Amino acid sequence: MKKTYKIEVDCANCALKMEDAAKKTAGVADATVSFMTQKMNVVFEEDADTDAVMQAVAKACRRVEPDCEIFL
Amino acid sequence: MTRKQKKVFYRIIISAILLAGLMAVTHVVELDRWILLGLYLIPYIVIGYDILWKAARGVYHREIFDENFLMAVATVGAMALAVWQGEEFAEGVAVMLFYQIGELFQSYAVGKSRKSITELMDIRPDFANVEGEHGLEQVDPEEVAVGTVIVIQPGERVPIDGRIIEGTTTLNTSALTGESLPRECGTGDEIISGCINISGLIRVETTKEFGESTVARILDLVENSSMKKSQSENFITKFARVYTPVVCYSALALAILPPLFRLLILQQPAAWETWITSALTFLVISCPCALVISVPLSFFGGIGGASARGILIKGSSFLETLSKTRYMVFDKTGTLTKGVFQVTEICPAGDLSREELLAYAAYAESYSNHPISRSLKEAYGKAIDNQRLSEVTELGGHGVKACMDGIPVAAGNHKLMKQLQLEYMEPEKAGTIVHVAVNNRYAGYILINDVIKDNSKAAITGLKAAGIKKNIMLTGDSRRAAEAVAEELCVDEVYSELLPADKVERVEALLAEKKEKEMLAFVGDGINDAPVLSRADIGIAMGAFGSDAAIEAADIVLMDDDPLKIALAMKISRKTLRIVYENIVFALAVKAVCLILSPFGLVNMWMAIFADVGVMVIAVLNATRALGTKNL
Repeated sequence: MKKTYKIEVDCANCALKMEDAAKKTAGVADATVSFMTQKMNVVFEEDADTDAVMQAVAKACRRVEPDCEIFL
Repeated sequence: MTRKQKKVFYRIIISAILLAGLMAVTHVVELDRWILLGLYLIPYIVIGYDILWKAARGVYHREIFDENFLMAVATVGAMALAVWQGEEFAEGVAVMLFYQIGELFQSYAVGKSRKSITELMDIRPDFANVEGEHGLEQVDPEEVAVGTVIVIQPGERVPIDGRIIEGTTTLNTSALTGESLPRECGTGDEIISGCINISGLIRVETTKEFGESTVARILDLVENSSMKKSQSENFITKFARVYTPVVCYSALALAILPPLFRLLILQQPAAWETWITSALTFLVISCPCALVISVPLSFFGGIGGASARGILIKGSSFLETLSKTRYMVFDKTGTLTKGVFQVTEICPAGDLSREELLAYAAYAESYSNHPISRSLKEAYGKAIDNQRLSEVTELGGHGVKACMDGIPVAAGNHKLMKQLQLEYMEPEKAGTIVHVAVNNRYAGYILINDVIKDNSKAAITGLKAAGIKKNIMLTGDSRRAAEAVAEELCVDEVYSELLPADKVERVEALLAEKKEKEMLAFVGDGINDAPVLSRADIGIAMGAFGSDAAIEAADIVLMDDDPLKIALAMKISRKTLRIVYENIVFALAVKAVCLILSPFGLVNMWMAIFADVGVMVIAVLNATRALGTKNL
């Protein structure tokens, strides 16, 4: 399962931090953040509850980068 | 500017005014150092509170080493030093101020180029006009089912792939192909989404869902392209991760070790202030922002610029590989040649004129639907009057016999002529030959060839100029035809009479021969060559929006079939990579020089700010050049 989310992030380094944080979240198989297109691609693990996982991703991202926003 | 940027902008103005005012006042009035600190803290907090807050949060979450931390330590250190010395309070505030100006500028420039790139790529249609009970209704393209009739008015974008069922028009395909020449379309023609309808109103029956349509697929491709990161980008990421902690510890060492050395070993005064100043300068210089931001921006610009010219690159890694390509392997038919047969030579033997010879051949072959007879009819150009024809017999593997206006005509290959026991001419040029006999006498031959595209020669020359060592052509065609084409185009190597499977083998052999750092690209038209496309280091599919397999397998998709685009893609990739390297070298060099000089006290805080912010601004400006694809 792969989904794309629109995000708002200010700097390239912050985008990298978000990517790292998203990758470490449980239920996420892989994640990439593109600072340029302001998009986050998330590959979910099978039978993961995408909504719940994304909440956790958003929380983890805000922890490392308070300024970021993920539009769920 | 966005809301966030405006806020930072006002903070910069306020704190700059405050700082200037304070500097003027303290120039005239002598004040106690603690009062000074209190006063200077006002502009400092105004400009830097978010940086301090982020740095604190970073420490709390054990994500210590980032640019916020560097700036916080450097400025707080500078303030503390100022209290210690009782002067130079402005320095810490100024560092923070310039850092924020640089950041603002950078975010503005990046936002701007991001916008211009996304605008270039914005071909998403907003609606489709569906005929409903109350006239035309505007519907979300995603809700339109296959087989629905939609109406496209002049000026509107074609929302979904389909077939015209009524009306004629001209379409502007430039958003898809980069080709500025409009295309004429009429009833029965297939049209692809993303084009703009220029002149007439057309009714179109959709043949695909929106998600399967050309436009949705292109958008998907482009939007995901920046997710496939190149080696250079990954290098920068890894580099920043190692680099920042190393710099922080070095700065710490610089602040502590030399004074201790002086104190304990040289038995001299420690000179703490000097070394701490050096260490702080060192910190400011070392911020890796210039690289972290400019490298992805360059790639994004390159990909965006290319897609505006009808070249879709699936990821920055492919842009990088393309720039290292030294061997370009072409499929012949459909790539370098048009893949359509055309009459290239008419050579009458007796007293017939060329037109008459062509007319006989076209009439004789008129019942057949073979590509050869189609090209004869096309060259003839006039309507075939069936009344004039009689007794048509097809002779499989030989040709056709017929009677035209009561005169017996035979058209076919040399076997047919032998069968008729006629002497025939043997042309020197390669191609498919149609011999014609009229009234049982040999009348001449017509040469039919796959025509080389107008731009093929220029493309091969352009590629050579762009650094390709060898252009290699593969084809299933006969050796003679292949060599004729190769010679005309100045291709370096030709392999002919290959079956599709042989092509894979050939490419594998070529891959094995070349040096590891030299990349090999394969260009095909996507018909039957998906395996080769995926086997090569870089697969380039041309005009491939008919073939799903080719789009899947290829790394670069050319929207039209102009071979010049290959050379253009190559040039764009090389330009982009040159910009990336320029930025890496420039930023690292300036920083390295400053870092080496700073322990000796040769670099002051102001130079340090240039090494950080100035370099970043220059790097970002340089990166935005990647977007330009003119004059390549």
